[in-house]
Amino acid sequence: MRRASGVLLEGGIVVVAVLVFTTVVLVAGGAPPLRALGHLAAGALGSWTKVAHVLKVWVPLTLCACGLLYTFRIGLWNIGVEGQIILGALAATGALRTGLAHEIPWAGLAGAGAAAACGGALWAFLAGVLKTRGGVNEIFAGLGLNFVAQGLTLWLIFGPWKRAGIASMSGTEPFPPELWLPAWGWRVSPLALALALTALAATGWVLRSTRLGLSLRAVGGNPSASVLLGLNPGKCMLTAMALAGGLAGLAGMLQVSGVYHRLIPAISSNYGYLALLVVMLADYRLLPVPAIAFFFACLNVGSIQLPMMLRVDSSLSGVIQGACVLATLCVYGWRRRRGSRG
Amino acid sequence: MGELSLAVLLAGVLAGAAPLVLAVMGETVTERAGLINLSLDGTILLSAMGAFATAYETESLAAGFAAGALVGAAVAAAVAVCSVYWRLSQVAVGFVLTLMCRDLAYFLGNPFSRLPGPHAGPWAVPFLEDLPWAGEVLFRQSLPVYGSLLLVGLTWLYLYRTRWGLELRSVGEHPRAAYARGMNVRRLQFFYAVWGGVLTGLAGAAFSLCVKPGWGRPQGAEGMGWIALAIVIFGGWHPLKAALGAYLFAFLQVTGVSLQGIWPSAPAQVFQTAPFPLMIFTLVLVHWTRKGRLRRWAEGRRWIGPLARFLHVSPPRALGKSLPG
Repeated sequence: MRRASGVLLEGGIVVVAVLVFTTVVLVAGGAPPLRALGHLAAGALGSWTKVAHVLKVWVPLTLCACGLLYTFRIGLWNIGVEGQIILGALAATGALRTGLAHEIPWAGLAGAGAAAACGGALWAFLAGVLKTRGGVNEIFAGLGLNFVAQGLTLWLIFGPWKRAGIASMSGTEPFPPELWLPAWGWRVSPLALALALTALAATGWVLRSTRLGLSLRAVGGNPSASVLLGLNPGKCMLTAMALAGGLAGLAGMLQVSGVYHRLIPAISSNYGYLALLVVMLADYRLLPVPAIAFFFACLNVGSIQLPMMLRVDSSLSGVIQGACVLATLCVYGWRRRRGSRG
Repeated sequence: MGELSLAVLLAGVLAGAAPLVLAVMGETVTERAGLINLSLDGTILLSAMGAFATAYETESLAAGFAAGALVGAAVAAAVAVCSVYWRLSQVAVGFVLTLMCRDLAYFLGNPFSRLPGPHAGPWAVPFLEDLPWAGEVLFRQSLPVYGSLLLVGLTWLYLYRTRWGLELRSVGEHPRAAYARGMNVRRLQFFYAVWGGVLTGLAGAAFSLCVKPGWGRPQGAEGMGWIALAIVIFGGWHPLKAALGAYLFAFLQVTGVSLQGIWPSAPAQVFQTAPFPLMIFTLVLVHWTRKGRLRRWAEGRRWIGPLARFLHVSPPRALGKSLPG
């Protein structure tokens, strides 16, 4: 009972802090706070089309967040998740451009999914090897690879994969509709939703009840002790990285074939960085991830119409998301210190 | 003609690297005290926005730079309070702040985007500017460039030739021992984090008021904070080596622009990513020179030995760990 009231109190503190901060920022930015928040809510949940749009953001966020749980469990900061999405998108685009994909669309889509998972995993593996063999901190290896992936995307869009005649920032030639992720009349592809739900269930199962999950936790808790248990920390790290990269790569494939139907320069939409925030807000646990990812997706989608309605920048969503995570981190820290003292 | 273009190139490198050098010096000092401030990228953007907005409203460059420094100090103080006093994860707090400050900059800076504003032009040093070659390279620059050059020397002097610098380094190496010697470890870490923030803020101001004048989305300084963080490691937490890294990066950027003329089909962003693989490669090389066999092999060689010793670095031992309890 006391615990429940404690959680309620902490949640209340976070909500109040975020609301106060957001109001201050809105007033400073010259926007009426209540109207802005109203537009934000209406823009995210005002109609079924908008909810479908939110779900389209929710799926890649959830996939990436699931992947990040593996790497956080072993104590790695997989900041390269952004580049892993991009590589997945590049691999998927490459697969969808082959002749086979145009002849047998379902095989092309399946191949794109597999290629994307491999591409993302490869990029993550690279960062992992740089960490375990090259002594490069995974944050910097990941960041560097993010920038490289971004450069690669631009090069492909303006070079080998450019539109006939005009190469532009609007991306590659759109795929024919038979290569779009099938939605069977729905506004969001049920395949994408199923993929996200499967990833959630599988991640929960792997982390909770398999040997791999236990090994990840053992290495993350104490690398030198895990060696005494007969575990190979480097191998465990690479496994975790590859799993995270694979899931991020799938998210990239969905962006290409399910959302934009082509490769665009900002194909990752910053979902990798956002997924890191989701997992941090979830205190590195799986259970709150779907709800938090949904909330963040609502903020992202809701803020799209802000520039039109109120002439303010749509980055308001990022400000609110950051404030949520920062306030929560502080409250968690406060709870831990109180616990260690009491 | 060849000599002339070399002078232009060097002057361009010095000018382009100035904000980066400011940020790198700040972060070097902060990390030497044992604290990682990962929020650099967002801080630079937010302070660039703050500096431009202030300079635009007040029409005073000095006020703009002061505002930038203030913003940088405030963000760094937030990181320091969270990690030094409340013992939250430095990486987590820094990462959240870097994203949030970037978005905050875009949101609050929206009314100021694409406006013509004041900007700090070159200010030639009297007499010295007439020196045959050095004048062109060194003495026809803008104020942030002079400041950045001075700062490199001053940071080195402070770290290695003063008692305060010794204390700063000891806090980063062994906070408990420093504590036992009667130093206020937390206060020192807080102070040096804020000083790093001031310099990062000035770096942001140097971007929006000098190197890439104006504000917009994107401003053009995106990613610079991450580069600065990488350069601090590249430079082995040593101010002179880190400054060298910053100039090397600026050199790559300047030559990248001319490379684009040779290969015009690729957009400029492709060339801007080129330094990152190089940075990773150097970090790997630095790691390998630390390893036993390679080091022994290198020691005997005339040229490689000194190079390996030059690359050989070790981070402040207590980097990223807050003083417990």
